[in-house]
Amino acid sequence: MSKNLVVRFAGEGGQGVVGGSEILAAAAAAVGYHVLTFSTFPSQIKGGPAWGQARISTDEILSSGDDLDVLVALNRYAYDHNVEELSEQGVVVYNSEEFEVDEGGRAIGLPADQMARDSGNPRAANMVVIGAVAQLAGFPLEHLETFITARFTRGRPGDDKIIEGNISALHMGAEEAAKTGFSLESLDSPVPSPDERVLIKGFEAAGLGAIAAGLETFIGYPISPATTMLTYMEEFLHGEGKFVGQSSSEIESIAALVGGGFSGKKIMTSTAGPGLSLMGEGLGLAWMAEIPLVVVDVQRGGPATGLPTKTEQSDLLMAMNPGHGDMSVPVIAPGSIEEAFWGAIEAVNWSERYQGPVIMLSEASIAERQQDIVKPDLSQVRAESRVVSDGSTGNERYVGDGVAPFPVPGGPGAYVANGSEHDEQGDTTHLPEVHVTQTHRRFKKLELLANGSYEAEQTGASIAVMPWGGSKGSARGAYLELTAGGEDLAWYYTMFLNPLPRELLAELQAKDLVLVPELNYLGQLAQVLRAQGVNAHAVTQYTGLPFKVRDLRDRIAEELRTRSGKLATV
Amino acid sequence: MSKRNPVYDFKWCPGCGDFGVKRSIEGALVERSATLSESVEKTAIVAGIGCSGNLVHLQEGPQPFGIHGIHGRTLPIAYGLKSSRPDLNVLVVSGDGDFLSIGAEHIGPQAKRNLDITVVIMDNGVYGLTKGQASPTTELEVVTSTTPYGKLDDPMSPLETYLAAGVGWLASSMSTQVKALQELIVEGMAHPGFSIIHVQSPCTTYNDTYAALKGNEKEGIEPMAFPVPEDHDPADLASAYRLAQGGRIPIGMVYQRPDSVPAHERLRAAQERTGSQEKTVEELFAAMAI
Repeated sequence: MSKNLVVRFAGEGGQGVVGGSEILAAAAAAVGYHVLTFSTFPSQIKGGPAWGQARISTDEILSSGDDLDVLVALNRYAYDHNVEELSEQGVVVYNSEEFEVDEGGRAIGLPADQMARDSGNPRAANMVVIGAVAQLAGFPLEHLETFITARFTRGRPGDDKIIEGNISALHMGAEEAAKTGFSLESLDSPVPSPDERVLIKGFEAAGLGAIAAGLETFIGYPISPATTMLTYMEEFLHGEGKFVGQSSSEIESIAALVGGGFSGKKIMTSTAGPGLSLMGEGLGLAWMAEIPLVVVDVQRGGPATGLPTKTEQSDLLMAMNPGHGDMSVPVIAPGSIEEAFWGAIEAVNWSERYQGPVIMLSEASIAERQQDIVKPDLSQVRAESRVVSDGSTGNERYVGDGVAPFPVPGGPGAYVANGSEHDEQGDTTHLPEVHVTQTHRRFKKLELLANGSYEAEQTGASIAVMPWGGSKGSARGAYLELTAGGEDLAWYYTMFLNPLPRELLAELQAKDLVLVPELNYLGQLAQVLRAQGVNAHAVTQYTGLPFKVRDLRDRIAEELRTRSGKLATV
Repeated sequence: MSKRNPVYDFKWCPGCGDFGVKRSIEGALVERSATLSESVEKTAIVAGIGCSGNLVHLQEGPQPFGIHGIHGRTLPIAYGLKSSRPDLNVLVVSGDGDFLSIGAEHIGPQAKRNLDITVVIMDNGVYGLTKGQASPTTELEVVTSTTPYGKLDDPMSPLETYLAAGVGWLASSMSTQVKALQELIVEGMAHPGFSIIHVQSPCTTYNDTYAALKGNEKEGIEPMAFPVPEDHDPADLASAYRLAQGGRIPIGMVYQRPDSVPAHERLRAAQERTGSQEKTVEELFAAMAI
């Protein structure tokens, strides 16, 4: 019996490979398995190499899986470029209408399109394949039948026929696979969870977090891979006093956020790297004029247009310093779906607490990931709101030694929110002493944020691993394998990257070495840590794909061999 | 320097057209406040970067809220402000450089949304604050520090540009006509939708166009500015284009679309039509339950 099943559907864009993996995951989740999906596809509507992967497990899942138990290959290219990731006992299910797998071995050719037509539902090719996969993995078909019935019961006259066709397609695929005699180690039965669980994607979790935090306005411009958050908010951020709009550019988005934040509302946008680049000046305005707002940057790969639909963690340095002049924008980077929910709440809370811009750094692999999680305990949600001026300071807005009461237009305390250096009333001045005083005020406010939570384990070890963002899951897997193998290694993790939790920073500074797994070339968090007195060294990857657990484990082990020797000689 | 803040040390040059515009806006805010029994604090002025934008710091009398942002982005700021708070009266003040050069891309979207804001443009045909470079409205052949051979680019026709962008309420004015301008601003603010009042506001230091605007009958110089003819029908778009295209500057009401439903009313109507319902976080999670 097996605890895990990893299935990859590979083909080209528009063939439903992502949908296939998500249906399989949803069906498995419905009967109590843990599931996690990952998908990667090119930036085009139809065509180009694409794949979707579903990992199904009886245990909680940390990453999308290193080796494939089943590779579904819809064309020759998909087979050639994915087959090397098949595990030793893995099976290929391929579309025999497109190509033939020459060599013997564990491969099942299915004329899936023809079989779908035979089933009476020509659109059920995916179901044929899923039936075959289920047969191979010993995954009871009745689970899938239940799921199909629920999914396609939509109160429409044709429902019965669609359900019947899909179930028939499912069985046809299973029967074909059974004829081959191939099988995988069958999956253990799911362990029923005592908790309420939800099947959710990363962008949905972030959107729900924002709504739970009391978000009132959302303005965004379409950009991969952040568009799904915009459309989610268009669909679900409703109600009196709420507004969602599509802007004409990211320059308009960020300036509109400044206007909305100035008006007293809680406000957010979602974008990706190119959009964040355009927002630099506007973020500077929000920092300077002290306007609460949140930018969710769903990171993709590379500079310029780069890799629009791939995943990377290469926007950290820009997020912290997105524009000219002295500023340090607070950054929260969730490393899981749960953290996308809680991180979005904290991002809004931070912006309200310190009265300025906050960036939430998501990434393609988190935003698009579908996973089952324990439903967040909503009684734990604490939504903060800015301290509002009662007019007792007259027209003086930028006063005191940090955060000052926020005058809301329509109420007392009229002032000018100014992006030029300004005096207490917000009127422009270039006096040296005012620039010094106001700069101190703006930076001092960051101290209110340096109390975020963090994870710490085996803190007695002198060498630590500290991943960030979406690399958390793979790094955690690698860490557990390394420590199980006897390595004395500390674990640190936080989603609060700027400012870092005070105590965490102190602990990191005391380590001989902190290894930082991150998906970028520069080793961006390692740079940030070194600038704060931590002997940090990055373990990088920049393929547009997430770390595999095994690769990361081996690379960390290698670092420990080479670096700990050097440390000892220092 | 302002009465509110004596240490504020910005000054316009003597004779600057912006003084007149400032007085018109102060008068318009007081008039609106009295007419609607609405406090001036319900108004927010969004100011661009340039000489004109400093108006927001110089306002005398009852104080509106102000936001003095970054170059070219008055309209996007106003978009977020008004969309978030339709109850506020939002007034944009900007100049020809800020609004028609770096910020020109934003005119179309606000016009098409019919964002319910009022824009007052102070056009002096030059970049004044950076000391005299050519702007989109600088006339052909004019020598400035960036046009040593005289300006080679054709000057932009702002009124034509606004009409083409779909601006639904458009007036043209002069900074010297303080009372008339005040009335236009009051009307623009009362208009339910996007309104622009484009004001000739000469720069006495770098581009003094007072004489050219007024003309000189004795010397046979025809004035650039002329009153909009009484028989002009502002509801007639073709007629508005003819006024804008004459190569001179009409002063008065240029265009007013007969039907104007502002952005926030369009949204409200669409939500009522589709019966969109607010869902709680609990309900949204429930829909994802396994």
